[in-house]
Amino acid sequence: MEHVALWVAAFLTLGIISFLYKDNPWYKLCEAIFVGISAGYWFIVLFWDNIVGKFWVGVFPPKELNDVGELVNSVEPDYWLIVGAVLGVLMLMRLIPNIGWISRWPLAFIIGCTSGLYLINYFSSNMMRQVQGTIMPLLGMNYELSTYDIIGNIIIVIGTFTGLIYFYFSKEHKGWFGRAAKVGIWTIMITFGASFGYTVMSRMSLLIGRVDFLFGDWLGLIN
Amino acid sequence: MNLQLVIRSRLFVGLAQVCFFLFLLVNLGPLAFAQDEPVPTQLVDSTPLNPPTNIEVADTPNDAGGSITIRWTEPIPPEGTAIKGYYILRAEAVGNEQGQFDVVGETSTGSSELLDGNVVDTLNYYYRVAVIYSATGVNGLEVEALAESGISRMVSSSAQWFDWRRINVFVGVIFLCGFILYYISRAKAGKKLFIRKIAGLEAVDEAVGRATEMGKKIYFIPGTQDMDNVQTIAGVTILGRVAEVAATYDTYLEVPVSRSLVLVTAKEIVKEAYSKVGRPDAFHEDQVHYLTDDQFGYAAGIDGMVVREKPATIFFMGAFYAESLILAETGNSIGAIQIAGTAMPSQLPFFVAACDYTLIGEELFAASAYLAREPKLLGSLKGQDVGKAIILFSIVIGVLLETFGVWRFSSLFGVLD
Repeated sequence: MEHVALWVAAFLTLGIISFLYKDNPWYKLCEAIFVGISAGYWFIVLFWDNIVGKFWVGVFPPKELNDVGELVNSVEPDYWLIVGAVLGVLMLMRLIPNIGWISRWPLAFIIGCTSGLYLINYFSSNMMRQVQGTIMPLLGMNYELSTYDIIGNIIIVIGTFTGLIYFYFSKEHKGWFGRAAKVGIWTIMITFGASFGYTVMSRMSLLIGRVDFLFGDWLGLIN
Repeated sequence: MNLQLVIRSRLFVGLAQVCFFLFLLVNLGPLAFAQDEPVPTQLVDSTPLNPPTNIEVADTPNDAGGSITIRWTEPIPPEGTAIKGYYILRAEAVGNEQGQFDVVGETSTGSSELLDGNVVDTLNYYYRVAVIYSATGVNGLEVEALAESGISRMVSSSAQWFDWRRINVFVGVIFLCGFILYYISRAKAGKKLFIRKIAGLEAVDEAVGRATEMGKKIYFIPGTQDMDNVQTIAGVTILGRVAEVAATYDTYLEVPVSRSLVLVTAKEIVKEAYSKVGRPDAFHEDQVHYLTDDQFGYAAGIDGMVVREKPATIFFMGAFYAESLILAETGNSIGAIQIAGTAMPSQLPFFVAACDYTLIGEELFAASAYLAREPKLLGSLKGQDVGKAIILFSIVIGVLLETFGVWRFSSLFGVLD
C-alpha cells in the first residue's frame, strides 16, 4: 500500500511539474484531482472544526459523572455561539430568492466587526510602533552609538520619512515633494529586491523538497 | 607537619559544621529540615525567621479580569541563611473565613510581586506569602525552611473597561476618526478634494478596454484570504468598479474565489455593479465561482483556467501568499495585461516583477476612494493623509529631540501588549 501511495504521489508531482512545459492532459488531470480533493477536504475540516468542534461541543458540551455520580456538563455551555450559528443560517437565506437580502446582514456584521477590530490593531502595530521605532538619534553626542549605528539610523529615518511621503495622496508628486517621494519609492524597491532574493531562496527549498522526494523516496537514487 | 595541618583544618571545618547545625537547631528550632518531603507541605510556625511583611493584594489594573497582584516586603534573612524564593498561597473565602491555603505560584529571590492570573472574578480570596530560606547544613547538604506571612485582606478580581496604559492609542484613534469625519463632511458639502493620480488605477479602464477589443475575458482574483482580512475587503471594493466598467463595455468578467464568504460578497458586489450600469441581465451567477480553500489547489486551478482561456486582463487585488508568483508569472506567460494590488510586503516584489502595474500597500486601500470618488471614501482618504502629515511632523520633531538628548519623544508612541 505504501508503494502505491508513493507512485501516486510521484505521478501527481510530475503531472503538476509538467505544466512548466505547457498545458497538457496530465496536468489537467492532476489539477482536477488537486482542486476537487482539496475542496472536499476543506469542507470536511471546516465542518468538523467549526460546526461540530466549536458550535456543537460549545453549546452542548459532553457530559461526565461528578463526585456524587450525577451526569453533568464537562464544561459550561457557551450560548453566545448560537449568535454565530444564527448569522450562519442567515447567510444561507440567499438560497431563497424572496428573502435573499437577509444574507447581507451577517456579511455587514462580519465586515463591520473586522474593520473595527483591525482599526485598533493596525493603528497600534503599523502606526504607533513603527513611528516609535523610527524616532531615533542620528548623532552619537548623547548616546553610545557606533558609526554603523548612526548610518543605520539615518537610513531608517530617511527611508521611512520619504517612503511615507510616497504614500501621501493629497499632493502631487512635484518639486521637492516629488523628489522625496522618488527617494521613498527607491527605498521601497531596494527593500523589495532584498525581499525577492530572500523569498526565492526559500522557494528553492520547496523545489529541493520535491526533487528529494522524486529522486530519494521514489527512485531511491539519493540516500 | 602538613598532615597535622590537614587534620587540624578538617577538625576545624567539622567543628564549624556542627556549630552551624546547632545554631540552626537552637535558633531556627521550629523549622522543619526534612529533605524527603516536598517543601510546600512543611509550612510550620516560623517565629524565629523573618517572614515577608506588608502583604498587599489588589485586583490587577487595566486587565480583562481573572488576575490579582500580590506584593510584599522582602524579609532580612538571619545570618547564615539565604532567601531562595517565595511561595504564594491562596485560599478561597468561605463566608468570612478562609478555606485551605494552597500554593498557586512561586518566585525567585529578589522578587516582591507576583501576578496570580488563575482566579475567578466572582470569588473572594485570601493570600499568604511564604519565604523559602536555605542554609548549608552538616555534610554540605542544603537545608530549607519556610516562614509564612500573615493572611492578607480579602480580595477579588474584576475586569476594567479601559486599559489606561493604551490611552495614547485611544487619543490617536479619536483624532484620526475626527479628521476622517471632518473631511467626509467637507466632501459631502461639495468641496473638491484633491487626490493625486495612482498609475495602476489609471490603467483599469485601459485594461478593461483592451479585453473588450480582443473579445476576451477579464479575470479578477481577490486573493486567498477571507473577509476578515482588510486587504480582501479593499480588493472586493475595487472589484465593484471593475465590474461596472466590464458591464458597461459588455466584457465578460470572471471571479474565481477561494472562500465561501468572499464568494457571497463578490457575487453581491458584481451583481450590484451590473445593475448600477443598467445591465442586470448581463450578470450570470456563475461569473463568480468557488474553486477551493486550499492555497495551492486554488493557484493550480487558476493557472489551468488562465492558460486555457487566455484572458486579456487579470486583476490580482487582495491578500496573497506564496501563490502570488505562480499566478502572476502564468498570466505574464500568456501576455495578459496584469494589475496587482496587495499589502503583503513579502509578495509585492513578485507582483512588481511580473505585473504591468502594482498597487503597493496603501495604494490598494486608496484605490477604492480614487475609483469611486464617493464622499465617504474620499473623506476617509484625506483624513488619513492628515494623520500621515502628523506622523511626518512627529518623526522630524522626535528625531531632533532625541538626537540632542532633550526628551524621549518616542515614548509617546509606545504601546504595551
